[in-house]
Amino acid sequence: MPAASRRTVLRGIGGAAVLGTGIPLLSACGGSGTAADPKTVSLGSNASDAVPKKAFAEIYAAFTKQSGITVDVNTKDHNTFQEQINSYLQGTPDDVFNWFAGYRMQFFAAKGLASPVDDVWQKIGGNFPDAMKALSKGADGKYYFVPISTSIWGVFYRKSVFQQHGYEVPTTWDQLVALCKQMKKDGLVPLAFGDKDAWPALGTFDQINFRTNGYDFHVELMAGKASWTDAKVRKTFDNWAEILPYHQEGAVGRTWQDAAQTLISKKAGMYLFGSFVAQQFTNKADLDDLDFFAFPEIDSAYGQDTVEAPTDGFMLSKAPKNKAGALKLLEFLGSPEAEQIYLKSDPSLVAASNKADTSSYTALQKKAYATIAGAKHLTQFMDRDSRPDFTSTVMQPALQKFVRDPKGVDSLLASIERQKKTIFASA
Amino acid sequence: MTVTAKTGTGTGATSTPGTAAVPPPGHPDNVTSGQAERLRAPLGHRRLLTRRDRLTLGLMAGVPTILHVLLVWLTALASIALAFTTWDGIGFDAIKWVGLQNFRELFTSNPQFWPAVEHNVTWFVVLILIPTPLGLFLAVQLDKNIRFSKVYQTAFFLPVVLSMAVIGFVWQLVYNPDTGLINSLIGANKPGHYIDWIGDPDLNLWSVLIAASWRHTGYMMILYLAGLKGVDPALREASSLDGANEWQTFKNVIFPTLRPTNTVVLVVTIIEALRAFDLVFVFNKGAEGTELLSILVTNNIIGESSRIGYGSAIAVVLLVISLAVIIPYLIATFRKERRA
Repeated sequence: MPAASRRTVLRGIGGAAVLGTGIPLLSACGGSGTAADPKTVSLGSNASDAVPKKAFAEIYAAFTKQSGITVDVNTKDHNTFQEQINSYLQGTPDDVFNWFAGYRMQFFAAKGLASPVDDVWQKIGGNFPDAMKALSKGADGKYYFVPISTSIWGVFYRKSVFQQHGYEVPTTWDQLVALCKQMKKDGLVPLAFGDKDAWPALGTFDQINFRTNGYDFHVELMAGKASWTDAKVRKTFDNWAEILPYHQEGAVGRTWQDAAQTLISKKAGMYLFGSFVAQQFTNKADLDDLDFFAFPEIDSAYGQDTVEAPTDGFMLSKAPKNKAGALKLLEFLGSPEAEQIYLKSDPSLVAASNKADTSSYTALQKKAYATIAGAKHLTQFMDRDSRPDFTSTVMQPALQKFVRDPKGVDSLLASIERQKKTIFASA
Repeated sequence: MTVTAKTGTGTGATSTPGTAAVPPPGHPDNVTSGQAERLRAPLGHRRLLTRRDRLTLGLMAGVPTILHVLLVWLTALASIALAFTTWDGIGFDAIKWVGLQNFRELFTSNPQFWPAVEHNVTWFVVLILIPTPLGLFLAVQLDKNIRFSKVYQTAFFLPVVLSMAVIGFVWQLVYNPDTGLINSLIGANKPGHYIDWIGDPDLNLWSVLIAASWRHTGYMMILYLAGLKGVDPALREASSLDGANEWQTFKNVIFPTLRPTNTVVLVVTIIEALRAFDLVFVFNKGAEGTELLSILVTNNIIGESSRIGYGSAIAVVLLVISLAVIIPYLIATFRKERRA
C-alpha cells in the first residue's frame, strides 16, 4: 500500500464506520469537501498490483500531457476496493473509478450510483466491437462503462512440455480426458489447481457448464432463472467429477499463485485459468514458452462458441466534482492510444478496443485476441454475470465443498437451489 | 460568561467558595459590584464549580456518552432491527421488513451456520482444555524463580504481543501444503501422500486451533503468574510446615486462592472463543471446516452487494450467545459485591 494521504485515511475511516454500523449517512462525515479544481480529476483505482499500477500511471501521464488535466489517483488494495465499493460509492467517491463489466456494473448503474456516459460513447463508439458495446450498457440501455482491457480464460500450458512428451492440443472432451491420463502416467500433475481464494473454481464451473449446456442455459442459470437441480446442471458436475481426479491435490489450501508455480516449474501439464496467470511468469523465457487453448468441446451442438473474457474498465461516479474533466479522461481511456500504453506494460491482457494496434502484441496476446474475436458469445465470470452476494456466500463455499468431496453433489445442488431462491427473491 | 470565568482566584476546586464570585479589590479585570452581585448564587448556595468548569465537565462526560450511545447502543439496536429486514445497504428506502424469514433461512437452509456454531464451541472447549492448564503449569514453574525465568517468560509471552492476523500469516508459512515447514520436513507435499493442512476440513480447524493455543498459552501464563504473585507466602510456609508435598500444596492451598484469577481466565477465554475471527480470516477466510459466526457475519455484510439483513441476523445470534454467557457472570459478580 502506498502512503495514504489524509483524505484517503479519512475516507477509510468513514468507510469503516459505514461497514461497522450499516448507516451510510455516517460516511458524510468522512469525505472532506475539497473545492472542484478544473485542472484535476480524481480517480479511484483498484489497480494495486505492481504491473497494472505502473501501466495505468503511464496512461494518466499521457492524458495530462495531452489535456493539461492532472489525474489524482487514489489506489486501494484490489480486494479491499471491491469489499468497500458499496459505501465508497455512497460516500464521496472519486470522479472516475475502476470497475468491471457485466452484472456488477449494471447493479450500481440501476442503483443510481453511477452517471451515464452516452456522450463519451458518441465519440469512442467506433473504437469497439458490438460485443463490447453490449457489455458497457446498463439495464436501461444507457452506457455506463468504458472498457479498457480483457483477460481470457482458457487452458494454459508450456509449449516445451507438450513438445517434450509429444502431446497434442485436445479439442474434444475425450481427448482432454485421454491427455490427462497420459500426463498422470508421465508423472505430471495434469491440471494445476488452487482454490484457496474460492473464486478460481467458479471459472472451472463456467467453462464446463457452457460447454455442456450452451451459452443460453448458462446465462439463465446465472440470472437465477434456471434451476440448480436441473439434470443439465447435474451433467455439468458429472463431467467435472470425471476430470477432478486429474486436478492438483489439496486445491482448497492452495492459492492460484502457488498453483501457477507448479506450471512454471513444469510439474503441472495444464492450468485452466485466466490469462493474468502470465503475470506470475516473471522470467521472459518462461513467458515465451506459455501458450493456451480454448476449453475443449463437450457437446458438438455448442462446440467452442463461448469464451469467458472478463472485461475491466472505468465508470463515472454519481456526482463527479469535475464532470467535464472526467468525461475528457473517459474519452481518452476509450481511445486506442490509452489501450496501447496499457498493453505495452501488461502483456497478460488484450485490448477491449478493436482499433488498438496489435502489432506489438506477443504471440499469446494475438491468440487471445483472435479467440475473443472469433467467439460467438462472451461471458464475464460467474461473480460478474450473477449476483455477487449469491456467488460469494453460496457458490464459493459450495464449489469448495464439491472440489473436496464430489460425491455429495445432489444434496449440494438442492442446497444451492434453496439458498438461490431466497437471495434472488429479495431483489 | 466573561465575568464568571474571571472571578475565581484559581481553578474551581481551589477557589474559596462563596467569596469566589466577588473579585478581589484592585483586581485588574474588576467589574462593578452590581454585576457580581447578580451573578452570585442565591441564598448562599455553595458554588463549587464555575460555569466553565461545568461546561468542560459536561463536554467531557457528554461527548463520550453521545459517541458511545451512537456507536455502540444505536448500532447494536439497529442491527437487531435490521435482522428482521432485507437490505442491500444502498439507500434507506431499500430496507424491506421480512419478519423472521432471515432466521428461518439461517436455521434451516444455510449449510454453514450450524458448523459455525459448533466451531465456536469447539474453539472455547479447546482453549479451556489445552492452553489454559498449560499456561497455569508454566506460571507455576516460573513462579519458583528458576534460572532464566525472565527469558522463559518473555518467550512464552511473545506470541501474545502479536496480533492474531500476524499469527495467521506466520502459521501459514508453517502449514502451507506445498512449501510449508511441516510438509517440507516430512515430505507430505508430493502427490499420493499429500497433507492439506489448510484446505482439508478434518484438519484445518485443528491447525488453526494450534496457532490460537500457541498465543493463548502465553496469555494464560501471564494471568496466572499475576495471580500467583498475590498468594501470601505465609500460606506456602504454613503448608510446608504441615508436611505437605509440592502437589498437595498446589492442590489444596495455592489453587483455591487462585479463584478470582480463574474467573477472569474463564471470561477471557469465552470472549476469545466468541470473537475468534482474524486468525481464521487470514488463514483461509473461513473455508470448509473453519466456519465461524463472526466470519459468516463479515461475508454477508461486507461486499459489493451486501446481504445486510441476513448478516445482521447472524450477528444477533452471536449477540444472544454472548448475552447468555455475560448475564449470568454479571449477576454473580453483582451479587458478590452486594454481599461484600
